[in-house]
Amino acid sequence: MSHLYDPYKSTSPLLTPESSSPLPAKTWQVPRRDFLKTSAAIGGGLCFAAYVPELAARALNNSPANDVSFAPNAFARIAPDSLVTIIINHSEMGQGIYTSLPMLLNEELEADWSKIRVEAAPVDAAYNHTVFGLQMTGGSTTTPSEWERFRKMGAMARLMLVEAAAQKWSVPASQCHVEKGVVIHNASGRRASYGSLVSAALQLKPPTDIPLKDPKQFTLIGKPTRRLDTPSKINGTAQFGLDVHLPGMLFALVARPPVFGGKVENFDASEALKIKGVRAVEQVPSGVAVIADRFWPAKLGRDKLKISWDEGANARLSTSQMLADFSKQSASPGTIAKKTGDAAAALASAAKTITAEYDVPYLAHAMMEPLNCVVDLRPDSCEIWTGTQFETVDRANAAQVAGLPPEKVQIHTTLLGGGFGRRANPASDFVVEAVHVAKIAKAAVKVVWTREDDLAGGWYRPMWHDRFVAGLDAAGNPTAWMHTIVGQSIAQGTLFAQYMINKEGVDSTSVEGAADILYGIPNLQVDLHTPKIGVPVQWWRSVGHSHTGFSVESFFDEVAHAGGKDPYELRRQLLANQPRMSAVLNLVAEKSGWGKPLPPGRGRGIATHFSFDSYVAQVVEASVEKDGTVRVHRVVCAVDCGRVVNPDIVKAQMEGGIIFGLTAALKTEITLENGRVQQKNFHDYQMLRMFESPEIEVHIVPSELSPTGVGEPSVPPVAPALTNSIFAVTGKRVRRLPIRAADLVAGSGARS
Amino acid sequence: MTSFFLNGQPVTVDDDPSTPLLWVIRDSLALTGTKFGCGMALCGACTVHLEGAAIRSCVAPLSRVSGKHVTTIEGLSPDLSHPLQRAWIEIDVPQCGYCQSGQIMSAAVLLKENPKPTDKDIDEAMSGNICRCGTYSRIRRAIHRASQLATERRPS
Repeated sequence: MSHLYDPYKSTSPLLTPESSSPLPAKTWQVPRRDFLKTSAAIGGGLCFAAYVPELAARALNNSPANDVSFAPNAFARIAPDSLVTIIINHSEMGQGIYTSLPMLLNEELEADWSKIRVEAAPVDAAYNHTVFGLQMTGGSTTTPSEWERFRKMGAMARLMLVEAAAQKWSVPASQCHVEKGVVIHNASGRRASYGSLVSAALQLKPPTDIPLKDPKQFTLIGKPTRRLDTPSKINGTAQFGLDVHLPGMLFALVARPPVFGGKVENFDASEALKIKGVRAVEQVPSGVAVIADRFWPAKLGRDKLKISWDEGANARLSTSQMLADFSKQSASPGTIAKKTGDAAAALASAAKTITAEYDVPYLAHAMMEPLNCVVDLRPDSCEIWTGTQFETVDRANAAQVAGLPPEKVQIHTTLLGGGFGRRANPASDFVVEAVHVAKIAKAAVKVVWTREDDLAGGWYRPMWHDRFVAGLDAAGNPTAWMHTIVGQSIAQGTLFAQYMINKEGVDSTSVEGAADILYGIPNLQVDLHTPKIGVPVQWWRSVGHSHTGFSVESFFDEVAHAGGKDPYELRRQLLANQPRMSAVLNLVAEKSGWGKPLPPGRGRGIATHFSFDSYVAQVVEASVEKDGTVRVHRVVCAVDCGRVVNPDIVKAQMEGGIIFGLTAALKTEITLENGRVQQKNFHDYQMLRMFESPEIEVHIVPSELSPTGVGEPSVPPVAPALTNSIFAVTGKRVRRLPIRAADLVAGSGARS
Repeated sequence: MTSFFLNGQPVTVDDDPSTPLLWVIRDSLALTGTKFGCGMALCGACTVHLEGAAIRSCVAPLSRVSGKHVTTIEGLSPDLSHPLQRAWIEIDVPQCGYCQSGQIMSAAVLLKENPKPTDKDIDEAMSGNICRCGTYSRIRRAIHRASQLATERRPS
């Protein structure tokens, strides 16, 4: 088995014909308005997993009490003591779905909320995302995917429990109701707890007609509800991947090449093997693995390795060269991604034209829990414990390496100490490597990445260059907007290329947030250059929007100022036909006190962004000190994400996304020199800290429309709202992230 | 062999005395509430108490704790009754939760030394703890709330 993932050749095992993994039935980026249509197209619609006898049986066998439990479907299990276990098919990485999905299910089940427990689903097609057809977590789609299914699963269970009680009492089910996990006969007041009905309910056939409540009757959905996972996260009992401990388990670290795509030429393990506790040192496809009794001897052993590397074709990559290349490329038109009207003609007749170029760097996800994976590989089975966002993909890739059929590979999804997209790797890099190590270890083994490994490990948010030209009429209104984007494709070479890259070669994630801007500009052109570079890239919280949010909303600010318009007023004017975005824009302007006086030295900046089918507008208040240090004082955020399941969780996600976006704006960049990543740890890849964190206010626009994304949409607008506020207070336009104090020192000129 | 007290219990381990305390606690003693984040005392995820002071266990060699008392998140309270834990639940601070053991252990030392901290005191005391999910504003609120709860509980 010499064959493994190679991001440069992009040979994900999933691409091989013998793979039996289910492929996504629809494109990665499915507009939410097509949601129902799409779901219906995936074999039977939302209820296709309504009753899966095999899974119901497994849920039963897994019952900790080993009692007879009632598992009406793959998502719920009710025990004789009335404890309700909800089986969750999406990964909890902070976004609160171990609370919001149980809320959906229990809105209909109406069990006693204090009796609800949560369990991670095994890998099975029954647990596939209702739109993407894979078991996975990403794209801010968990709630949209499960909005209807989880309520149906709860309703199904309730209907069966009520039927069981009605039969027992020989009364019509229609004359019974439920309250907090108890079925009550309306007339006689007879009561039966859900637990007492378990064996009777087991005898019943599940209903086919499962009506759902009118939203006006919701008692749980829409109410701030405390998270179910908080207690375990503050007493040390929460189990992340890194916390998994199996009897006799070994630990491994892998020395990986200093340059992407490098290969081991030869290595000398003699010193490493002298470290007490080191068991084995062997080459694996991704480098050299050091296997030991514990983490620490493995680390010491790895430090002692002498490896000579064939650095390969990427040994001369440098960020400064890439910046120059990207800028040069942006001067010529790329592949058209969007064309409305005739931007070139409109530019030619414009009263005024402006142009600007923007740059953003590669970014690492830097989850607080570094990557890790536990594998117990046996001759006929492979068990994996890890915090992943990509169960179906990981299972198929692991099976390929293990030489087993996918059904012999089981993944136990633990809690994720942050994901942000990194744990949804198309090549399953951290899982596949651990299976290779397990082959050598001949025992259960935990592969741990250090912070340095994690930061230098690639799969970054791509670096991007954006070039804009706008034409304004005599009144200062934009009539033409040309946007050329340069950056690597995330989908290229992966399983997802066929769904995400169109026949002209445009990766939809490269132009999202640019080709679909909501502003009413009559002549629009967006085109794309997609250079191939040997740095592996991947989705990173808000994906393409993380760069287009910054560049589009910054340049829009430039257009407003060039035309002598107030940035809020021009947005309002050009969003007149966008009622939902107009509403969040007006709300954020009102709540932030737009136009009202500020303390001296402070500026306000505004930005909007539509992503993951949600509408977000933000206003940042910031000041700049003499030495160029930026202080972010206040962020006001308005969001319309459709119907809200748990308002406190929506607020927490907005807050978190704002800090994530500010960190990218103010702090972080991954750079390369001689092919080597320059950043090592949190001293040179710095996170925003508490003393740098602004006051954040979140305002939610009430909505009765279906829920849309929440985890990512607050990230894109915060960087431009900040840089627009810096322009407001200093007159300096920031066109390159992260913001550099040197560019803002009093008296220095703005980069232009 | 090195002996010390972990959450009040005497323990003895055979790890090399130069092994960072973090890995002794996690791998040899199987208490996994203390987290690995950076290995360089930069992120605070591994914060524990050594004789009541907050230390970063990822850079503290085992030899440093010989004969001494170490407290981890598991030893903060047996039943989530510590004012910080009560406040954390009330305000629903954690998102992914990975950094929260370290945040709480840092905050516990702050409150012990300064029962009524200002925002500035909190910012200073918590500056060594990173939260990638961005729960900072809630941590700040929860520390103030814990300060109140601790006062309420104290007999007058």
